[in-house]
Amino acid sequence: MSDTTASQGWFTSLANPTRFLALSGRVLPYLAAAAVITSVIGLYMSFTAPEDYQQGITVRIMFIHVPAAWLAMMCYSVMAVASIGTLVWRHPLADVAAKSALPIGAAFTFLSLLTGSLWGRPMWGTWWVWDARLTSVFVLLLMYLGLMALHKAMDDPARAARPAAVLTLVGFINIPIIKFSVDWWNTLHQPASVIRLDGPTIHASMLYPLLVMAIAYTLIFFTLHFMAMRNEIWRRRVAAMRRQAAQSIGGETRP
Amino acid sequence: MMALLKRDLAIATRSGGAAMLGVLFFLAVVAVIPFGIGPDLNLLSRIGPAILWIGALLASLLGLDRLFQADREDGSLDMLVMQDWFGLVATVFVKSLAHWLATGLPLVLAAPLLGLLMNMTALSTGAVMLTLLAGTPAISFIGAVGAAIAVALPRGGLLVSILVLPLAIPILIFGVSASYAAVTDPDPFLPPFMILSAITLFFAALGPVAAAAALKGASD
Amino acid sequence: MQAVATKLTGRRGDSLLFEDVSFSLQRGQALVVTGPNGAGKSTLLRMLAGLLPAESGTFVLSGDDGVAVPVAEFAHYLGHRNAMKRELRVSENLGFWKDFQRSEAAEGLSIDAAIEAVELGGVAHLPFGYLSAGQQRRIALARLLVVSRPLWLLDEPTAALDRRSDQLFAALVRDHLAQGGMAIAATHQPLGLDDTRSLVLAGRHRAASGSVESWS
Repeated sequence: MSDTTASQGWFTSLANPTRFLALSGRVLPYLAAAAVITSVIGLYMSFTAPEDYQQGITVRIMFIHVPAAWLAMMCYSVMAVASIGTLVWRHPLADVAAKSALPIGAAFTFLSLLTGSLWGRPMWGTWWVWDARLTSVFVLLLMYLGLMALHKAMDDPARAARPAAVLTLVGFINIPIIKFSVDWWNTLHQPASVIRLDGPTIHASMLYPLLVMAIAYTLIFFTLHFMAMRNEIWRRRVAAMRRQAAQSIGGETRP
Repeated sequence: MMALLKRDLAIATRSGGAAMLGVLFFLAVVAVIPFGIGPDLNLLSRIGPAILWIGALLASLLGLDRLFQADREDGSLDMLVMQDWFGLVATVFVKSLAHWLATGLPLVLAAPLLGLLMNMTALSTGAVMLTLLAGTPAISFIGAVGAAIAVALPRGGLLVSILVLPLAIPILIFGVSASYAAVTDPDPFLPPFMILSAITLFFAALGPVAAAAALKGASD
Repeated sequence: MQAVATKLTGRRGDSLLFEDVSFSLQRGQALVVTGPNGAGKSTLLRMLAGLLPAESGTFVLSGDDGVAVPVAEFAHYLGHRNAMKRELRVSENLGFWKDFQRSEAAEGLSIDAAIEAVELGGVAHLPFGYLSAGQQRRIALARLLVVSRPLWLLDEPTAALDRRSDQLFAALVRDHLAQGGMAIAATHQPLGLDDTRSLVLAGRHRAASGSVESWS
């Protein structure tokens, strides 16, 4: 008996994901289209932006690099919010959101490290330095990968949800460290030039392409995130249906 | 035997598998070194090959205790042991090979990335990759002996590392010296590299036989 | 084909579990081993399978021509555990054992046919871990069908099975015997088999002779 009530509980909890599937299915095409359009505009603006008098053409790496780093942190923040949802309200969709954001966040983090490395080579003369900003972003990448490994290590997603949420929240202390690392420590990486209290310090000709690219990246993130969430929901449904199928075969009623 | 290789690789890559854990551990171990000794790039590039080798050694040892333990827990090990002597040795060989493919090979592929972090030159990174490729299989093969001995023990993981580390020291010595020989000029690269390869071949022959003997004795 | 055990002695640590166990088994016959817990039923079966060395005595499996054949290649052993991987599909699990234990001598059932034989048609694509304990045990029995081997060594084969599956299992063993196979099973429950011999291990524990002296 306890088994049937449990499966009913599981299906009522799917009611919300069902609404999410319907809603996201309608929004996704527009979101994807907006992401593509802003990306094209942003890339065009990036390539027509004036070259830096010191850095030359390499400054264009910034338009790829900086938004990727922002998104890497934003993605983690989204996960942290979702983790609170998992821990406080135990909402299954929150866990889905946190889990499916992981690979996307890892990809953005890797992209920012990669482009930073490419940029650092002509600017600093080395691919990599262990300064505070770079190291803390590298730690962020390790945390993304570690969380992915944690999810992979447990075959039941419901069991992985809470430990992963706790770990995500503990790891959140790294985000302010990344943000303020350039101010707290004297490092090779340049300090913030866009998001500061006294207004941006970079020229408008570079600021606008950067902002458009940031919007494009954000749209790309949400497009991918919604798609990943839908996949994860479907994956869990398949798993639930398989378990049900297993129970119904062979005339057994045991779980 | 191909079936066994396929099964072990499938398990390693499925959910709960250990394939990526080794690489992550490798990454984490190597990443903490600069915190310990400071971010001096010249120093890092000088000790880089050694760090990479130690990281790879530790990461290879990581999943070794599960090599036979997982099969023992679900009862498969009985069927693996229930073979003639040659079959059992071949089984251990294939399982060690699968372990290397799942944990050792990814380490070799991840080495260039870490070489970059360690500010190593392209030549030095290439040398480390080559020596890791030649040397890490030896860790899996000799590690199988430790895994077979510790198969019935709880907390076998630490014990396996303790048992295998001393045996793995020659691998480390020649792996690191070959990596350095490739970069520093007067030292010849080939002699230590040949010895490293010889160790791998030797362990590939010795490890499965010894592990098979241990498994035969340990089944109860 | 026949299986002959002569004067088998089993011990665990320093205590002697059984002594002078002898039996012989012809095609189509089954031996049911009973006895209290700790009497050495599992030890005996593992000994027959070659997983434990016999203290003394021999167990010989010989073909119809009287030539001895290796037990490891002609016997199935089904222990307490199912020898299946939770992560892999049922079909992958059975397919692995079919490939791994394949012999030139005889082909077993196909994977699908074996799954049908334990009345679990439809689970082939499911991960093994999704099945209930009883279903898992039945799949473990299906492993004996995918590779055909004459001697079945069964240790508590019906553990975790309900009554219906119990009967299903007895039918499988009967089929096996009818096809000229042999079975040795350790079990508490009656298997519902006719024409079985039985072997009772009394479970009289005593220190192995000489062990006390050797330590004093």
